[in-house]
Amino acid sequence: MIAIGGSAGSLPVLAALLEQLPASVNATMMIIVHRLKNVVSDLDRLLSFKTPIIEPDDKETILPHRIYLAPQNYHLLVENEDAFALDYAEALHYSRPSIDVSFASVAAVYGPRALGILLSGASKDGAEGLQSIIAAGGTGIVQDPESALFDTMPRAALELCPEVLPMSLDAMVHFLQEFKISATHDQ
Amino acid sequence: MKDIDNEELDVLVSLIHRQYGYDFSDYAPSSLKRRFLRFMDHAAIEEVGELTSRLQQDAVFFERMTQFITVNVTEMFRDPLFYRALRELVLPRLATYPIIKIWHAGCATGEEVFSMIILLREAGLLERCRIYATDLNALNLDKAEKAFIPLKCMKDYTQNYQQMGGMEDFSGYYTADHEHAIIHPTLRRNVVFFQHNLVTDQVFNEFQLICCRNVFIYFNRQLQERVLRLFYDSLAPLGYLTLGLKESMLFSGEHRRFEPVSAAYKIFRRKN
Repeated sequence: MIAIGGSAGSLPVLAALLEQLPASVNATMMIIVHRLKNVVSDLDRLLSFKTPIIEPDDKETILPHRIYLAPQNYHLLVENEDAFALDYAEALHYSRPSIDVSFASVAAVYGPRALGILLSGASKDGAEGLQSIIAAGGTGIVQDPESALFDTMPRAALELCPEVLPMSLDAMVHFLQEFKISATHDQ
Repeated sequence: MKDIDNEELDVLVSLIHRQYGYDFSDYAPSSLKRRFLRFMDHAAIEEVGELTSRLQQDAVFFERMTQFITVNVTEMFRDPLFYRALRELVLPRLATYPIIKIWHAGCATGEEVFSMIILLREAGLLERCRIYATDLNALNLDKAEKAFIPLKCMKDYTQNYQQMGGMEDFSGYYTADHEHAIIHPTLRRNVVFFQHNLVTDQVFNEFQLICCRNVFIYFNRQLQERVLRLFYDSLAPLGYLTLGLKESMLFSGEHRRFEPVSAAYKIFRRKN
């Protein structure tokens, strides 16, 4: 499972990342971006390049090779490897969806097969979640703070967790291609 | 971050069931774990073992925890377009009944009930309505009965109301003190709040409309299916049921006994 979190300034990077990914990334992706609630949003369509993005319903089955987007005003959790779960509990870091919440649940379910990526953002959401992913044996990446429009989020993760790998957009795309290979070898 | 594994969760859940009679065994584990962790954080408890032994010894401590276990987050006019759909698709049908009975299941602190009241009032239906609002959490119901809404939320709620297409002056529906907006008592005359547990309690009336938004997400599929059956049995023929925008009944065989009125806004109707 590849979980990508972002906030202010993350959408251009996220769009570029999704656009440049090979069509055959051999993993499921879930994207958690801070977004407004109670307004009509086309974010799912805006981020649909090669693969249409799905905003999952509660308890929706997780299908391989799909890209999922946390719906507005819900936390997105994975119940187990087969199903998502939504949660309408308190916002964390003033955010629902919260990246920490999703990352922690991905860490618990996928352990070493989790990859967390944290992009530009002006909050500290996601740092603890990325730490959980790494503690569970998974991999953590942040957008290189120098290239991030808002560097608070990647810097918070780097401070909390030195194992996190800072990467440029190109490096991330390259890494995800490699991730595909290692995931294939696991199966 | 701390975590609770599945075995620890089972021990907690069966202890609570045995000792206090609340059955959380069919709650969705991922969110239930988060609730326990949140309470542990609040009570400065480090280990799940410590939580278990405190619960065994201290009923007051358990009462304190129940306030944390249930999710009490709610908003007025959450998903404004849902309320618009309700007004356009459902209220005209409800208007044909001499008495309209509505059940808000899992009403938390009442914000969705107050939204409904305003909608019904503007449609000229409020006087004919009997609204039953239930929740598992007694403290929530105390708050709901007072109709105190944090004043700092009212700006958001006013925007939601306007997006929904509300035409009145929203501030005309409440008075304010330093911290709260208080919905006018005259608007709340036909509402009763009381405790009801969707897991264990039964049908208690027959309704033209049941609202249960963002409650199902805390249940596993088996419990969702059971509660869906309870709702079917509690609805008058052709009565309406609304769920949260991201809640689905498609996984359940029960969905065949309902027809969608608006798939996008999760408004369903009991078949005859």
